[in-house]
Amino acid sequence: MKQLIKKYLEKIKPDFMPDGRLHSFKSVYDGFESFLFTPDTTSRSGVHIHDSNDSKRTMIIVVIALIPALLFGMYNVGYQRYLSIGVENPLFWNSFFYGFLAVLPKIVTSYVVGLGIEFASAQIRKHEIQEGFLVSGILIPMICPVETPVWMIAVATAFSVIFVKEVFGGTGMNIFNVALMTRAFLFFAYPSKMSGDNVFVASDSILGIGAGNVVNAYSGATPLGQIATHAGGDLHLTGITGEPLTLWQEFLGLIPGSIGETSTLFILVGAAILLFTGVANWRIILSVFVGGFVMCWIANMFPSEAYPGSLISPVEHLCLGGFAFAAVFMATDPVTAAHTDTGRYIYGFLVGVMAMLIRIYNTGYPEGAMLAVLLMNAFAPLIDYCVVESNVRRRMRRAKRALKNE
Amino acid sequence: MLNKKNRAVLFNPLSKDNPVLVQILGICSSLAVTAKLEPAIVMGISVTAVTAFSNVIISFMRNTIPNSIRIIVQLVVVAALVIIVDQVLKAYNYEVSKQLSVFVGLIITNCILMGRLEAFALANKPWPSFLDGIGNGLGYGIILVIVATIRELLGSGTLLGYHVVPQWLYELGYENNGLMILPPMALITVACIIWAHRSKNKDLQETN
Repeated sequence: MKQLIKKYLEKIKPDFMPDGRLHSFKSVYDGFESFLFTPDTTSRSGVHIHDSNDSKRTMIIVVIALIPALLFGMYNVGYQRYLSIGVENPLFWNSFFYGFLAVLPKIVTSYVVGLGIEFASAQIRKHEIQEGFLVSGILIPMICPVETPVWMIAVATAFSVIFVKEVFGGTGMNIFNVALMTRAFLFFAYPSKMSGDNVFVASDSILGIGAGNVVNAYSGATPLGQIATHAGGDLHLTGITGEPLTLWQEFLGLIPGSIGETSTLFILVGAAILLFTGVANWRIILSVFVGGFVMCWIANMFPSEAYPGSLISPVEHLCLGGFAFAAVFMATDPVTAAHTDTGRYIYGFLVGVMAMLIRIYNTGYPEGAMLAVLLMNAFAPLIDYCVVESNVRRRMRRAKRALKNE
Repeated sequence: MLNKKNRAVLFNPLSKDNPVLVQILGICSSLAVTAKLEPAIVMGISVTAVTAFSNVIISFMRNTIPNSIRIIVQLVVVAALVIIVDQVLKAYNYEVSKQLSVFVGLIITNCILMGRLEAFALANKPWPSFLDGIGNGLGYGIILVIVATIRELLGSGTLLGYHVVPQWLYELGYENNGLMILPPMALITVACIIWAHRSKNKDLQETN
């Protein structure tokens, strides 16, 4: 099989060379060839050490790490839909299949639009196709509410790939996280579809699956939505049918929310894959959680009716909303995060603190993880600069001291 | 009256020497007043009027203004004209005047004005100065109108307040883009226009 593909690729190669008849698709050909086989090109100058772990393989590992949370997200979409129409214990496969049908168009849209723009711009600029969108393309549907229309995802993805990535020079050159900018675009452009009580639980049957009318006690408010609109009195978080939520449900992710973000458990499985393969940096993940915990703990020390978020315990806060997802998959983006080890601690800590600060003390935004990561993306180069400079200064002082003692 | 040189003075600022696209002047107001088309048009006309007449007045006085206080004299002239424009707007188009709010007053600080006075009116006769003011004002106004058209069409679905996006499109699930109303999108829109303009005029591209 492998030989066959290789032979076929070799056979059609001349068509894609500069004077071949399909030469305008050369970057597409290169992309597929190097996707399937290790490229045989070598460095032309100097001494280089090549790792077999190039950026294509790195990206694939991130996609694999996202799969558990994505599959659970699909199941949860169906589960919440069945709950809303009064089915207490839906069959696993029914729920999963419903969620699969709801989520699949979003994934296809984001990949088609994003990769289309990447291929086109690579061809125009005569670059190789860059593989950065492999991860962004699956992240984008995972951080959107299930009710986001497909055309909005297409518009936002196009905006984000062009204005956040390509104009800065393509993969590896962007200042802000592409997937999060897609969400920020959606959030500010179409606020009625990105927040509120009607977007986080699917409201229609798909191909006849999940048909039915919603039950009387139904309310599509997410736990964070309930906190943000809490109007005094005791605060009890409930599921969509009014049942009180347990910490275990919140940790497992059987709560309404954006598709891939609800399950802290499966996000941590993804984190384990990323850390085991050395793709993500544990310093960032750890310090985001520490920062978030510290901020919630401080807020929880001074509970206030005016800021209902401060009535919730820190551990519960870490399980709610997109915080865990942002910590594991967004803050660790190697392009936009800080690059020095000390800088990573500072960057992660501030992401955590900011996310919780926005979530608890800005009642206009129920969740702050997206804005926190984007804000710290802007500051990451500054943090790195300060860390490097202070290191230089410390070494200079040490050198001067050594000279004086001689 | 309109010999070749004067024609260049009048028409160059529309594209090749556009104050917004090429000189990158007057960006603040082009971000602030372009959420809707109507205030953008009024703003374009106001700036054109102020630039043209302040150019003429300063050009008449160019040989008598002492060099050391010329900025103050220019400011007095511009301020007087801006107050006239402001009062006229308040009298005849109060609604738009309210939408433009401080930005009419801030025409005084518009870089295009001082730039034209310093660079052109102080060294040229009144008639070419008048044409230069008209040209630069229109060059600024055109960009304002383009940006405002894009922003109002995509952001509110209207043009000059009339619904342009058909109702059946909304029924299919289309929604106005709220981000277009916010200033960041104005910046990106202006940037896109500059991008298109530069790629059409190769001689304007900086080499690095």
